[in-house]
Amino acid sequence: MIAESLALSAVLFTIGTIGVLTRRNAIVIFMCVELMLNAVNLSFVALSRQYGVTGQVFVVFVMTVAAAEAAVGLAIIISIFRHRQTVNLQNINLLKG
Amino acid sequence: MSDFLASIGYNGWILPALLILPAVGALAVWLQGVLSRGTSNDVADTTARRMTFAILVLEFVLSIGLWWSLDQKDTGWQAVVDLPWIDVWGARFTVGVDGISVMMVLLTTMLMPLAILGGWTSIRRKVNGYHTLMLVLTTGMLGVFVAKDLFLFYVMWEVMLVPMYFIIGIWGGDRRIYASIKFFIYTMLGSLLMLVAIIYLGLQAGIMEGKPNFSYDAIMAVSGLSPTAMFLLFGAFFLAFAVKVPMFPFHTWLPDAHVEAPTAGSVILAGILLKLGTYGFLRFAMPLFPGVAMHPTVRTTVLALAVIGVIYGSLVALVQPDFKKLVAYSSVAHLGMVMLGIFANTRESIQGALMVMISHGLSTGALFFLIGMIYERKHSRMFADYGGIAKVVPIWSTILTIVALSSIGLPGTNGFVSEFLVMLGSFKTVPYMTTVAAIGVILSAAYLLWALQRLIYNAFDKPSNRSLPDLNWREIGLLTPLLIGILWLGVYPKPVLQRMEASATKLVQLVEQRGANQLPALTSGGGGN
Amino acid sequence: MLLQTAAVASTGHSLQGSVAEWIWLVPVLPLIGFLINGWLSLRAVGHVGPADPSGEEHGHGHTDDAHHDAHDDGHQATRHPSASIVSVVGPTVLILAFLLAVAIFAALAAAQPDAPFVKQLFTWMVAGDFRVDAAFQVDQLSMVMVLVITGVGALIHVFSVGYMRDDPGYPRYFAYLNLFVFFMLVLVLGASYPVLFVGWEGVGLCSYLLIGFWFTDKVNADAGKKAFVVNRIGDFGFLIAMFLLFANLGTLDFSGVNAAAPALGAGSALVTVICLLLFLGCAGKSAQIPLYVWLPDAMAGPTPVSALIHAATMVTAGVYLVARSAALFSMAPAASLTVALVGGLTALFAATIGLKQWDIKKVLAYSTVSQLGYMFVGVGVGAYAAGIFHLVTHAFFKALLFLGSGSVIYAMHQAYHHTGSHEDAQDMRNMGGLKQFMPVTFVLMWIATLAIAGIPPFAGFFSKDEILGAVFARTHGSTLADAQWFGIPGSAVLYAVWVFGLAAALLTAIYMTRMMLYTFHGPNRSGEREREHLHEAPWIMTGPLVALGVLSAVGGWLNLPAFFPAGPIQALHHWLEPVSGDAALQVTHGAEAHMTATTEYTLVGIAVAIAVAGIAIAFARLKPAALVPKAEAPEAEGFERVLEHKYYVDEIYDRIVVRPIESGSRGILWRGLDAGIIDGLFVNGSAYLARGFGWLGARLQTGRTGTYAWVLVIGVIAVLSAFSLR
Repeated sequence: MIAESLALSAVLFTIGTIGVLTRRNAIVIFMCVELMLNAVNLSFVALSRQYGVTGQVFVVFVMTVAAAEAAVGLAIIISIFRHRQTVNLQNINLLKG
Repeated sequence: MSDFLASIGYNGWILPALLILPAVGALAVWLQGVLSRGTSNDVADTTARRMTFAILVLEFVLSIGLWWSLDQKDTGWQAVVDLPWIDVWGARFTVGVDGISVMMVLLTTMLMPLAILGGWTSIRRKVNGYHTLMLVLTTGMLGVFVAKDLFLFYVMWEVMLVPMYFIIGIWGGDRRIYASIKFFIYTMLGSLLMLVAIIYLGLQAGIMEGKPNFSYDAIMAVSGLSPTAMFLLFGAFFLAFAVKVPMFPFHTWLPDAHVEAPTAGSVILAGILLKLGTYGFLRFAMPLFPGVAMHPTVRTTVLALAVIGVIYGSLVALVQPDFKKLVAYSSVAHLGMVMLGIFANTRESIQGALMVMISHGLSTGALFFLIGMIYERKHSRMFADYGGIAKVVPIWSTILTIVALSSIGLPGTNGFVSEFLVMLGSFKTVPYMTTVAAIGVILSAAYLLWALQRLIYNAFDKPSNRSLPDLNWREIGLLTPLLIGILWLGVYPKPVLQRMEASATKLVQLVEQRGANQLPALTSGGGGN
Repeated sequence: MLLQTAAVASTGHSLQGSVAEWIWLVPVLPLIGFLINGWLSLRAVGHVGPADPSGEEHGHGHTDDAHHDAHDDGHQATRHPSASIVSVVGPTVLILAFLLAVAIFAALAAAQPDAPFVKQLFTWMVAGDFRVDAAFQVDQLSMVMVLVITGVGALIHVFSVGYMRDDPGYPRYFAYLNLFVFFMLVLVLGASYPVLFVGWEGVGLCSYLLIGFWFTDKVNADAGKKAFVVNRIGDFGFLIAMFLLFANLGTLDFSGVNAAAPALGAGSALVTVICLLLFLGCAGKSAQIPLYVWLPDAMAGPTPVSALIHAATMVTAGVYLVARSAALFSMAPAASLTVALVGGLTALFAATIGLKQWDIKKVLAYSTVSQLGYMFVGVGVGAYAAGIFHLVTHAFFKALLFLGSGSVIYAMHQAYHHTGSHEDAQDMRNMGGLKQFMPVTFVLMWIATLAIAGIPPFAGFFSKDEILGAVFARTHGSTLADAQWFGIPGSAVLYAVWVFGLAAALLTAIYMTRMMLYTFHGPNRSGEREREHLHEAPWIMTGPLVALGVLSAVGGWLNLPAFFPAGPIQALHHWLEPVSGDAALQVTHGAEAHMTATTEYTLVGIAVAIAVAGIAIAFARLKPAALVPKAEAPEAEGFERVLEHKYYVDEIYDRIVVRPIESGSRGILWRGLDAGIIDGLFVNGSAYLARGFGWLGARLQTGRTGTYAWVLVIGVIAVLSAFSLR
């Protein structure tokens, strides 16, 4: 059972990673990041059966952080969209040195 | 007087009081600024000026008791207060004074109220902030002079740096940002190395107790350092202090900082901050590592830099078109004289060096005040914009002449007594260096008299100068104490010299004895450093 | 000094409790005058508020437009509001000081002590082993100087009341003049080298202030600055000499130094170096080669200042210092020979320049340089009393000459002022025939001229003859004659000095007669309209002239030569014996320098013959009638031109000293080293380096999230694989 869960987690994480790397729309990338976080959550929950409750506690933490991140991240994305009328990351390089 | 002081336990509380008063005052002035937002700016500003001035006058009145309470015969620390501070690091709040530092404390407390008066009308922006910083600066400078704990010393050293950075950077001239950053980075460069050295010494001193010990006495007792370590530690202290002095190749922050700083900034910079460097040599670098300092190679190098500073500073001052820059370079020359006296290490030269430190504070301070006053009227410091103005501003010109003559070292003024003693004493141990430095006597006359000529003499050919108003009572009043000091130290310097005598003698003996103990190891072991 | 004090305390000095205890008041009186006059000056100008510059306006207008030629005036009609108080205070303090000095002198003459009386005031400096008191020393030498300073000074102060009356800076002038007298008295009364040095630099300061008294003229301000800086070059030597003395003897009091001096070793290199350095100081203050250049320029000051400071008192301070340090100089024959030789050369050199000057004050200035050279010859050969003797007589006749010239300039200036002319009031080509307009000045000036030329029985004859005789006497049987000077036998040097002295005497007679001829004789060249306004100066000015005239005529009686049948023979010589007698004897191997009567008469004969010849040559060769006013005069040719330009020494100094220092400081040190290498390369260079690295790092920041993500993933894979492969 644990093997399957971890495999699923790995598949989800990989999908998320590839999404982050290949997609250009900020919203999509954001969703992919969430996917990665949840993949990790899944492996935490799965492994907690074996290693005790700590993993589940961690999941709660991660979900909290993810919620906060969603709030801040979406706010930033909306703010960028208002300014630039686009959320395509190819066109956004404010951090260029 | 001393009986009265003893009866109120003066020595027991004076030093912490001197440190706390400006700090609390700074808080008050800042709060006053915050609270009076919305009210008329002028009223708030005037209140801030008056509060600061009152606090600093009180500070001066409090500190003046040190003049009498100091035991002239006692060579040790006096008025010591020792309180626990950061226990885990072994840092304690230990303060005390001796004959050397007490004069520096009095110089500081005397110059600070005058500095406030000097900026009374020229500081118009962010008045509360300016005065808050001035008060913090006071605490920092006094802290450096009275700290008996090296960690406290370092903290105060940095505390003093920050307000000065802002004073130059906010209320300065056109290139103030460049000047303030240059000042800050130059000073930081040296002082961080000094921090490393202090931590190393603190760890060594506390090696038995298992936690660092930064007290001066404990660090003086550290022994068994390797020659290399001593050289490096001395080097770290040397760099920190040499930048501050400033010695010859590390001096280029000074002209920029002086030129850009507001009047009070320049006065404090020249009058007190530079002395922190030479004070550091007297208090730490020399007594801690006399073996290195008296090591022939090191000593010759430092003396050569000092003498180069004297000649070079004078020569470069000669050709400055800007009066403030001229005075800045003349400071390099004067401080070179101090370094000559310190490293010549005779009783006469050390006392002379201390006298130069005091009298440079008075004379150069007064010069910067005078420059500030005429700048406030004409908005120029260039010689080319003046000429013959003794006709329109006779009082300013008279005072300028007296002050310039004291800076030249005319007998009867403080400048002569101090430089004469330095050279007289130095001649006993380093005659050739002293002879070269004495050429500075000729050059100082050349550059300052030429400056005087271009300012107040020559043809009165700039019609716009006709409307220059002469000094007002506030300005005359703030210059008067300086003039009194200039003449007093020139005619009757004995009381000051006497108070420094015991400490200077002790220092010379200490350097000779410790140096004799340290030197053999150095010359055989790490001489190549 | 401690020993000294103890000795005085135990035995008690014969002057203790006498009027000599009041010696401190002698310098303090002029100081009080300075404070009063200075305050009056500042108060008055402070009143002229900038809001109402009209009162000042007039003054500016004048000084700005005025030609340099017309500077030595005082003809503005803006008499100072507090002029009357100043006129009383200024001279009165001097007269009081003089009276007090006379009283002390009398007490000293009555007591005739062998040791100086030292009046301690307070401890000045204490540091380590060094201790110096603010103490005044009353002895035979210092009191002679005090009398000259206060006496001649008082006369010159009185003269100034008339001369400067209409100057707007009247109180300032007297404040400076009083301050000068104060410092000069400190100089001669100081009981130690540092106290002497206070006066030494102080008189330099007053000289600076007074030369540049009319400061709105750049030439004057330049001259003042030059005087101060050149003096400082000399002071450098003085300072080093003091350091050497302290390092070797541990004291700087005169009594201490004199007592300990033998420890330096007679003839040793050390004492020679000390003396040479002291002499460098003297050369600066007393305008000897190579530092004489400031004195002629110093004539930019008001004429009474030239009389007091640049003729009678301050410039003789160097001679005083050598006499004061006689104990040292007598131990250093090589240094003494240098002093004498430099003195002789200066006497001759300056006299040649004096031959071709047209400015009446410049003639007198070079004459002063030349006469100072004589004094150094005197003190150089160990005839300290003779040097001081010439100092005193010179103070009389040179003060008279300067004040007389001041009177002439005053008259010329008044005349030009009446007609509104801007001609040069000091150029002799514009004068001529003044004897009919100013008979008193004319007679007095001739007395002084005969005195300086060395015609008996006037003062200068005795003193100059004494010096030349002393040089001749010491060519044999003295430490100087036995010594070597750069391989040259000392006696040869002395003979050379003697010849220089004689030649300078001849030239002195010539140029002084020339000055008199061109000024007072022949036709008047000042112009038709001006002639009507030429007249004698008021009595307040001619009165002091008369007094000085009497002194110039009879001053020689102070010290009559030994061969004289009667009178106060060698009075000054014996008077000064307690101070410099031992030192003088040491030079002559313990015996009084003695010459046979025949030799003495021959020497006197030669000297008088030379003086008469000089005057005769001048009368024969110079034709005042052929002179034309300055404006029409042709350029001088050949060697005359070189003389007129003072051998181009100023130009040479400018080229090889002043300009290289200035351009080197500007171009190499400041722009090159300071702004270029230290600041540019190292300080800003490191800043640029840091900025460069920052720029490179910034290139990695593409700003593309995609790139960052890829870098991140690659990094994670790299780290993970590194861990798993380990």
